[in-house]
Amino acid sequence: MSKKNLIVVGNGMVGHHFLEQFVVSDVATEYRILVFGEEKQLAYDRVHLSEYFAGSTHADLAMGTADWYASNGIDLHLNEQVTAIDRVRKIVTTPRGDYSYDELVLATGSYPFVPPIDGRDRNHCFVYRTLKDLDAIRASAQGGKTGVVVGGGLLGLEAANALKSLGLEAHVVEFAPRLMPVQLDAEGGALLRQKIEDLGVSVHTEKATTAIVEGEAARLRMTFSDDTHLETDLIVFSAGIRPQDTLARASGLEVGERGGIVVNNQCTTSDPHIHAIGECALWNQRIFGLVAPGYTMARTLAAALNKDSSAAFTGADMSTKLKLLGVDVGSIGDAHGQTPGARNIRFNDEQAGYYRRMVVSNDGKKLLGAILVGDNSKYDTLLQYALNGIDLPANPESLILPDSEGGAPALGPDALPEGATICSCHNVSKGDICSAIDAGCSDLGSVKGETRASTGCGGCTALLKTVVDSELAKRGVSVSKDLCEHFPYTRQELFHLVRVNGIRTFGTLISQHGKGHGCDICKPAVASILASCWNEHILATDHVPLQDTNDTFMANMQKNGTYSIVPRVPGGEITPDKLIALGEVAKEYDLYTKITGGQRVDLFGATLSELPEIWEKLIAAGFETGHAYGKALRTVKSCVGSTWCRYGVQDSVGMAIELENRYKGLRAPHKVKMAVSGCTRECAEAQSKDFGVIATDKGWNLYICGNGGMRPRHADLFATDLSDEELIRTIDRVVMFYVRTADRLQRTSVWMENLEGGIDYLKQVVLKDSLGICTELDQHMADIVSTYQCEWKTAVENPEQRKRFREFVNATEQKDPVQQWTEERGQRRPLADPA
Amino acid sequence: MSNNTQQCSVCRLRDLIPGSGIAVWTPAGPVAIFYLPEQTPSMYGISHHDPFSGANVLARGITGDLKGHLVVASPIYKQHFDLRTGVCLEDENVRIPTYQVHVDGGDVLVDVPAEEDEAATA
Ligand code: SRM
Ligand SMILES: Cc1cc2nc3c(=O)[nH]c(=O)nc-3n(C[C@H](O)[C@H](O)[C@H](O)COP(=O)(O)OP(=O)(O)OC[C@H]3O[C@@H](n4cnc5c(N)ncnc54)[C@H](O)[C@@H]3O)c2cc1C
Ligand code: SF4
Ligand code: FES
Repeated sequence: MSKKNLIVVGNGMVGHHFLEQFVVSDVATEYRILVFGEEKQLAYDRVHLSEYFAGSTHADLAMGTADWYASNGIDLHLNEQVTAIDRVRKIVTTPRGDYSYDELVLATGSYPFVPPIDGRDRNHCFVYRTLKDLDAIRASAQGGKTGVVVGGGLLGLEAANALKSLGLEAHVVEFAPRLMPVQLDAEGGALLRQKIEDLGVSVHTEKATTAIVEGEAARLRMTFSDDTHLETDLIVFSAGIRPQDTLARASGLEVGERGGIVVNNQCTTSDPHIHAIGECALWNQRIFGLVAPGYTMARTLAAALNKDSSAAFTGADMSTKLKLLGVDVGSIGDAHGQTPGARNIRFNDEQAGYYRRMVVSNDGKKLLGAILVGDNSKYDTLLQYALNGIDLPANPESLILPDSEGGAPALGPDALPEGATICSCHNVSKGDICSAIDAGCSDLGSVKGETRASTGCGGCTALLKTVVDSELAKRGVSVSKDLCEHFPYTRQELFHLVRVNGIRTFGTLISQHGKGHGCDICKPAVASILASCWNEHILATDHVPLQDTNDTFMANMQKNGTYSIVPRVPGGEITPDKLIALGEVAKEYDLYTKITGGQRVDLFGATLSELPEIWEKLIAAGFETGHAYGKALRTVKSCVGSTWCRYGVQDSVGMAIELENRYKGLRAPHKVKMAVSGCTRECAEAQSKDFGVIATDKGWNLYICGNGGMRPRHADLFATDLSDEELIRTIDRVVMFYVRTADRLQRTSVWMENLEGGIDYLKQVVLKDSLGICTELDQHMADIVSTYQCEWKTAVENPEQRKRFREFVNATEQKDPVQQWTEERGQRRPLADPA
Repeated sequence: MSNNTQQCSVCRLRDLIPGSGIAVWTPAGPVAIFYLPEQTPSMYGISHHDPFSGANVLARGITGDLKGHLVVASPIYKQHFDLRTGVCLEDENVRIPTYQVHVDGGDVLVDVPAEEDEAATA
C-alpha cells in the first residue's frame, strides 16, 4: 500500500508537539510526514526565548533534535516557507517546489502586531518573537544606551527586562492607562507599575506614538500625540500578536473577522483535509496566545486523525503566573469579574507591596477568578480552587489574608480531586500522576519522564513536587535524597553525622556510614563538611584526594590545564605598592592580567610548578589567598563610603574589610559573596549578594540570600538599623546555619527558598533563637575565625606540600606540550585549538 | 599488552599520593599514575591527556567508583574514565590508552610502547 502524505506547515512549539503525539499513534505508519519551517532553526522553546539573552543557545532551547526527526522518518525542510496552498490539487508550494498532501496541518503560529506608525521601518526598530529578532536586538544594543518597548502587556514587560539585561536604560510606552490591561485591574496595574519603576524601568502610560524620526541625542526620537517626545537608541514593538493566517486566507479557507483560521472542536478547518492548531487557530471566536491550549489542540488533532471519536478541543484555561522583572504577577480565570453577580474580595497591603483580589460567585461558594501582584505564593492554591470548582471555605477571605491575620494554609495536595490538572502544558492530572506512581515510578524524575509533567513552561514544578512527594509518602515510599550511590544521606544528615560523631576523615565516614570508595560528587562534599567542622588545612594528607583540582592546587584550572591566581584584596582596597607588586609578579611570569567583577585582580596562565613560586612572592608582598577556587567566602565588595563620598553615612570600606577578614577561608556548601554600601544609593550592589549590608543613619540594614549568576535574585531585607556588633553577630548566625543545613552546591537563595517557612522562619531562628542554638552557632563561628590560616602560606612553607606542584614528577624541566600561546591586545593567551 | 613495550622507571614510591594521581613524563608522552592502596592492584596508569578538553590534566582528577567501575573524573568537564580499560563512561566510543604499572623496590615502573613503535602508533 502506498503511503499518504501528511504535511505540517510551521515548525514551532505546537507543530513539534503535534509530531511527537502523531508519530507514536497507530495511523502514523500509513503516512509519510513532511514538515516545513520558515525559520532557520528546528522548533525551539519560545516561552523561554528571553533566556537566549542570559546565555542559552538554540541547542538549549531546542524541543527536539534533527536525529529525532530523521529516526522517525520525518522529512524536515527548515528555512523553507510555504507560499501557497492549492486546495483543489492538494498541493503546497514553496520557493523550492511543489509537494502534494492528503492531510495538511497548519501550525503557523502568530506574528507580532506593529502599529501603523510613521517611521516604524527605520533601522533599530524590532519585534520580539524569534531567535533572529533577538540576534538583531542584541547587535543593536551594542553601542546603544536606551531602549523603548512599545506595549506594556505581558510580552512587552518581558522585552523590557531583556533590554535591561542587555545593559540598556529601559522604557515602556503603553497606550492604555495601566500595565497589563488584559490581566490586571487598576489597583493591580498601579502596584505593578510602582514596582517596575522601582527597578529602574520607566513606564509611560496613556501615550500614543505618532511618529518615529531621527533623534538628536540618541538614534531615534518617538513623538507622542500629547506633543511630548522620547529619545531612544532602539525600539521593540510588542503591541500584541496576530494569528498567521495568510496562507489560509489566500486559499479561501474560512477566517475570523479579526483574523485566525476557523476550526471546529476537532481542529479541522472549513476544508475537511486541512487542520489548524496553535496560535493561528480560531476556536469559538477565540485565539489562544499561550502554549498550553496549543498543546491541547495538538493532542486533539492527533487523536482525531486516529479516528478517535471522543477527541474534542473544548477551550482552555488562560490563567497565567509570571515573574516579570522579578515581580510576581498572577491572573486566574475571570480576573475582571465579568460573570453576572460576581463579588470581589480585595486585600491590598501597600506596606508589604502586594495586592490580591478574588472574584467569587454570587453564592460565595466558588472562586471564579483572581489577580495577584507582588506575591504569587497563593497562586497554586487559588488556581486549584478555580479550575476544579472546589467549594470555598466558609471564610473565603482567609485564602488571601497574610498568615499572621488568620490566613488559611495552602491547599495541601490531598485536598485536590483526582481530576485536578497539575500540569496544563501537558494536560497531566493528579490521577495521571498517581497512575504513573502505581505503574512503578518512584521519584520525581521518573514521574516527569513518564507523564511529561513540568517539562513545558515549568510553572507547575513546585506543585508537581508536592503531589509526587505526598503520593509517594502515602505509598510508603521514602523519597530518595541520597547524595550519591555511596551515601544514603543528604548533605545535612552527613554534616550531623560528622559533627556529632567527631568524624575527621572521609575514610572513617564512608566505612561507618557509606559504601564503596566514593566519587567526584561525595568526596568534595564531605571535604567541605570536614572543613566547615574542623577547619584543618585542605592539603592535610587525608584530604588531598577529596578535593576538586581547584581546591587541591588552590587555584582555578583553566581550559588548557594552567591555573589562575586571585589574591585577596579585602573590600577592594589596595595600596599602590601592592598594585605594583601584583604587576611585577604578573610581568615576571607573563601572566594574563584582568580586573575581576569582584573588585580584585586575576592573573591567568600559571603552570602547576609556577604556583608555589608565584605565591611565595605574593605573600612576601603582603597578599593572602583569595579562595577564588573554594566553595568559600569570595569577596566583600564595597563602595567608597563616608570617608570620601559626599553622600556616605557610614564607613562602608571599613566594614567590608572587617567582614572579609572575619569570614575569609570559611568553607560553605557553595560560594558566598557579600557587599557593603555606604548609603541607599547602593553603589556596591549589596542587594545582589548572599549577604548585603547597606548603611543607614542609625547603623546598617542587612539583606540576605541574593545572588547574580544563572538565576539572579534580589536579597531580602532581614534586619534594620543594626550596630556593628549586632550586624556581625547576625551574619555569623545566618552563615553558620546555612553551612549546617544547606544542600551540596546550594547557594543561600535556593537554600532559603527551600527552607520551610522561608525568611520568617530564619528570622525566628536567628533573631529570636527559637531553636535555642544561637550560642552554639556563635561558638562554632568563633572557633573557625580563630583557626584561620592562609592556606597558601602554609603550603609554600611546607616542602612536602610543595612537591605536589610538579607537572611531571620525574621531569621538572619538561614543559607541558599542549600549552601553546599567542598574543592578543598586548598579553599572552592560550592558542584556541592546540594540536 | 604487546611484546613491543619498554619498561621505564618514572618515580619513587613515595612520590605517589594515596587515593590520588600524579603525572609523569615517558617516551610515550604524559602518563597519569594513580595509587589506590585499598584496591588490587593498587596502581593504575592511564594517559594524562584529556581527549575532551585537549589538556594534560587527568592525573589531577578525583578517583572513585561508579556503578562498579574504578574511575577518575576529568577535572575540566567531569567525564569519568575507567582506570582499568580507559573507556569513558559517558561516551563508550572514547577510550584512552592504559599502561601497566609495577613497583620494583622503591621504584615505580611503567610499561609503554617501545620507542621504535612510536611512529606506528602516533
Ligand atoms: C574571574 C571572574 C570573572 C571576571 O573576570 O570578572 C569569575 C570567573 C569565574 N566564575 Fe564567576 N567570576 C567572577 C565573578 C562572578 C560574579 C560577579 C560578582 O561576584 O560580583 C558572579 C555573579 C554573582 C553571584 O555569584 O551571585 C559570578 C557568577 C558565577 C557562577 C554562577 C553562580 C550562580 O549561583 O548562579 C559560576 C558557576 C558556579 O559557581 O557554579 C561562576 C564560576 C566562575 C568560574 C569559577 C568558572 C570555572 O569553574 O572555571 C570562573 C573561574 C575564575 C578563574 O579561573 O579565576 N561564577 N561570577 C570573577 C571573579 C570575581 C572574584 O574576584 O572572585
Ligand atoms: C517572548 C515570548 C514569551 C512567551 N511566554 C509565554 C509564556 O510564559 N507562557 C505561554 O504559555 N506562552 C508564552 N508565549 C507564547 C508561546 O510561545 C506561543 O503560544 C507558542 O509558541 C505558540 O506555538 P505555535 O506553534 O502555535 O507558534 P510558533 O511557536 O510561533 O510556531 C509557528 C512557526 O511556524 C512558522 N511559519 C509560519 N508561517 C509559515 C509558513 N508559511 N511556512 C513555513 N513556516 C511558517 C513560523 O516561522 C514559526 O516558526 C511566549 C511567546 C514569546 C514570543
Ligand atoms: S553607595 Fe553611597 S556612599 Fe557609597 S559611593 Fe554610592 S553614594 Fe557614595
Ligand atoms: S504547566 Fe507548563 S510545564 Fe506544567
